[in-house]
Amino acid sequence: MNGVHDMGGMHGFGPVDIEHDEPVFHQRWEGVVRAMMARTNGRYYNLDEFRHAVERMPSDEYLRATYYERWLHAVETLLLEKGVITTAELTDGHAMSPAPAATRDAEPRPALEAHFQPGDRVMTRNIHPHGHTRLPRYARGRHGVVRKVYGPFRLPDANAHGDHHAWQPCYAVEFAARELWGDDASPSDRMCIDLWESYLEPEEKP
Amino acid sequence: MSHDHDHDHHPEAPSPVEARALALESLLVEKGLLTSEEVDRIVSMYEHDIGPMLGARVVARAWVDGPYKERLLADGPAAVKELGISYPDGTQLVVVENQPEVHNVIVCTLCSCYPWPVLGLPPTWYKSPPYRSRMVREPRTVLEEFDLTLPDEVAVNVWDSSSDVRYMVLPQRPQGTEGWTEEQLAGIVTRDCMIGVARPRIPAESGAR
Repeated sequence: MNGVHDMGGMHGFGPVDIEHDEPVFHQRWEGVVRAMMARTNGRYYNLDEFRHAVERMPSDEYLRATYYERWLHAVETLLLEKGVITTAELTDGHAMSPAPAATRDAEPRPALEAHFQPGDRVMTRNIHPHGHTRLPRYARGRHGVVRKVYGPFRLPDANAHGDHHAWQPCYAVEFAARELWGDDASPSDRMCIDLWESYLEPEEKP
Repeated sequence: MSHDHDHDHHPEAPSPVEARALALESLLVEKGLLTSEEVDRIVSMYEHDIGPMLGARVVARAWVDGPYKERLLADGPAAVKELGISYPDGTQLVVVENQPEVHNVIVCTLCSCYPWPVLGLPPTWYKSPPYRSRMVREPRTVLEEFDLTLPDEVAVNVWDSSSDVRYMVLPQRPQGTEGWTEEQLAGIVTRDCMIGVARPRIPAESGAR
């Protein structure tokens, strides 16, 4: 989805605010949220569903929220949607029914043939899905070169939406900075992005 | 009146978000999905056991042991485990090596992917909109805000961590560290060096040794 989370290249956020000697957690509740996510991720939802739950926050709330506020929102949203908790329980503050059985991910990583090899020239698809995707907006419809072959990994676009069997090879694809950002970028700079096979097509021969 | 006085010594009421987090915590505890000991253990693990000191040990070993460096670049998790550092299944680790003419830097524009088994949890700036939006478009300007100015002849290679792969930068060993022990070397490898927003520096007093 073309949400505010997909912020690569956006203007207007100002300088990077560096906090020196930053604590790991600023307040205890942040650690609580971290722990709640650690104990429920992989049992009631997967990481792609989690990321998408963060992305589904209304954009003004997303930008106002701190990092762990977004995490709390996502954990709460998913546990409600998966029936682990109910709104009545949240309102009442007490459990009214036991948690459902957790799922176990036992699916082995399949052996899949990679259709691209290091050195292959590829073009990213120009897609704008409503759902979750890991193809950033700034890298759509761009020419690059495959540098590394990974995976297979589950396709996030499917895994975030109930299809947990869509494994695909994944590639580190290198782009010239100017291919992505135009002539303002340094001619020597590059970017690498990990992209699933279905995000890519072979570069058209001229 | 004395009651009012007593109230002055009570801790502040929790903020709305804190109250929400604690309410969800108590619900999960009641349902048997979490215990307060587990919360304490997870918090303590990130505060004390998992952090950039692990990555620094990996970098120092790679600086003094060429064959180890090759193994690290070929298979990050296996090489990390050689040093007794645990690397969980689920993500992979790819270590990218800086060269005299190439500087690597890591970002996650879409969320906050980070090699936490070797660096611990990311700093807030890494997860913030300014870093995520700008590091890909104007890396040299952002690096200057971290006091790292790169000459034009050094190419910047930005890695946007978008998959199950986590990236860590292997910085270049600075000149003037010949004969240093691994422990001394690890002492100059900071978190920021392994994200790629800094280069290792020799502190003034060490140089005089």
